[in-house]
Amino acid sequence: MAADLKFAKTHEWIRPEAEGVATVGISAYAVEALTDLVFMQLPPVGKRVKAGESIGEIESVKAVSDLYAPVSGEIVAVNESLPGSLETLGKDPYGEGWIVRIKPDDLAELSGLLDRAAYDALVGSQPH
Amino acid sequence: MPPTLLETPLAAWHVAHGGRMVDFAGWRMPVQYASIVDEHLATRRAAGMFDVSHMGRLAVRGRDAVAWLESLLTRRVADIDVGRVRYTLVTSDAVAPPVVLDDALVSREADAADGSPRLALVVNASNRERVVAWLSSRLPRAGVSFEDYTFATGMIAVQGPSAIGVVGRLCSEADAERIANLGNYRATTAVVAGHPAAVSRTGYTGEDGVELVVAADAATAVWEAVYAAGAPLGLLACGLGARDTLRLEAGMPLYGHELREDTDPCAIGLDLAMNLDGRSFPGASHYAALRERRSGRTRVGLRFESKRAAREGDVVMRGDRVVGVVTSGSFVPTVGAAVAMAMVDRDAAASGTALDAVIRDTRSPAIVTPLPFYQRERRRA
Repeated sequence: MAADLKFAKTHEWIRPEAEGVATVGISAYAVEALTDLVFMQLPPVGKRVKAGESIGEIESVKAVSDLYAPVSGEIVAVNESLPGSLETLGKDPYGEGWIVRIKPDDLAELSGLLDRAAYDALVGSQPH
Repeated sequence: MPPTLLETPLAAWHVAHGGRMVDFAGWRMPVQYASIVDEHLATRRAAGMFDVSHMGRLAVRGRDAVAWLESLLTRRVADIDVGRVRYTLVTSDAVAPPVVLDDALVSREADAADGSPRLALVVNASNRERVVAWLSSRLPRAGVSFEDYTFATGMIAVQGPSAIGVVGRLCSEADAERIANLGNYRATTAVVAGHPAAVSRTGYTGEDGVELVVAADAATAVWEAVYAAGAPLGLLACGLGARDTLRLEAGMPLYGHELREDTDPCAIGLDLAMNLDGRSFPGASHYAALRERRSGRTRVGLRFESKRAAREGDVVMRGDRVVGVVTSGSFVPTVGAAVAMAMVDRDAAASGTALDAVIRDTRSPAIVTPLPFYQRERRRA
């Protein structure tokens, strides 16, 4: 896993890519905690989002969870194949299981998110 | 987790085996161990075992026990033979109009040594205290004794095509044969894994199986023996999550969802849960009048195009008109689709009717589908 991942407290990860775009997914911890995923709704490409705003939802047999934008910006791509193969999220949450690509309004916003160690400390302290 | 939650005798086992513990009706219970889908499918294909010790277990004894319950339950009690179990409602006319307090199983156990009858009631965990309070308020001064023995015992449901075989392995040959030949809604006693057990051919999954009631201090030993005997065949321990998807798929009503205080039992297909002719249980005339009227909404099954599940409280629409409300909904693994039970207007209840559930502001198309969504293949006699 790349060391340049940042995490939101709501369990999304974000990784800066080339040309001012960042990839977003959800953490292995979140996938494990949700289990039994059955449905995912993605945002439309081109949608403008604010940090903390819901950009979709992920549903397990037991409950529905919102997916939140870790930073403000524009959705420039979505992983179209993911809703039809949700098992990918469990197999490769930081790679093939990416969810959306965002063009952040301000890349500096990423520095306000948790680094790997801080995120691990957060989930390590949560009941499973 | 607040320390005031009640625990079953199996709570430590659940925690030690990865159970995700939640508050359910005041009890600390496992909602799942690993995967609800895996637990559900194991129950359909092999067997699942469920800690249902949180259900209320009440004993009614004494020479007038039958007559007393006959006066209080919606099903006839006087003609329940020893070894038979009946599904019944518990109604109260302490308020007007009368209310349904709970649904329950009533069984007639072998008579006491002095020839007086012994009956047992199994009630929902969420309703145990108020059912106990209601029945206690109606207890005569003599002739009937009434005891809540929930905490003195544990209760284990073993369900699925392999369930009877798994339990039989833990019994003497004679007990195993008696359990194997036990009809549905029949009960007996046996020694299971060395411990005396009340065994009934009942369950809440749509599968064949039994429910075992054993002493609280024997519950873990019996549970572990069932687990050890069943695991090689594919048995899984199952939490409340799978219990809910199994009963939903089997079209079974759940108190607090399909069945509520003000529900007309006939409107949700529970006509058979009330014996009205010549009866005088609390509210009998009210329920007889409701049965004649046949008005209001009725329970239907909905099957969705999407795997996105409607949940309790979601509105059901036909075109621009609100026609109902979802009472339970989930993705269900055997069917492989999102389904729901809903109460809808009678003119929108015909099978094949196209309706929409409004799920978080989005309409999700569904078709009215006959219940149950899943039915097991039954052995031919």
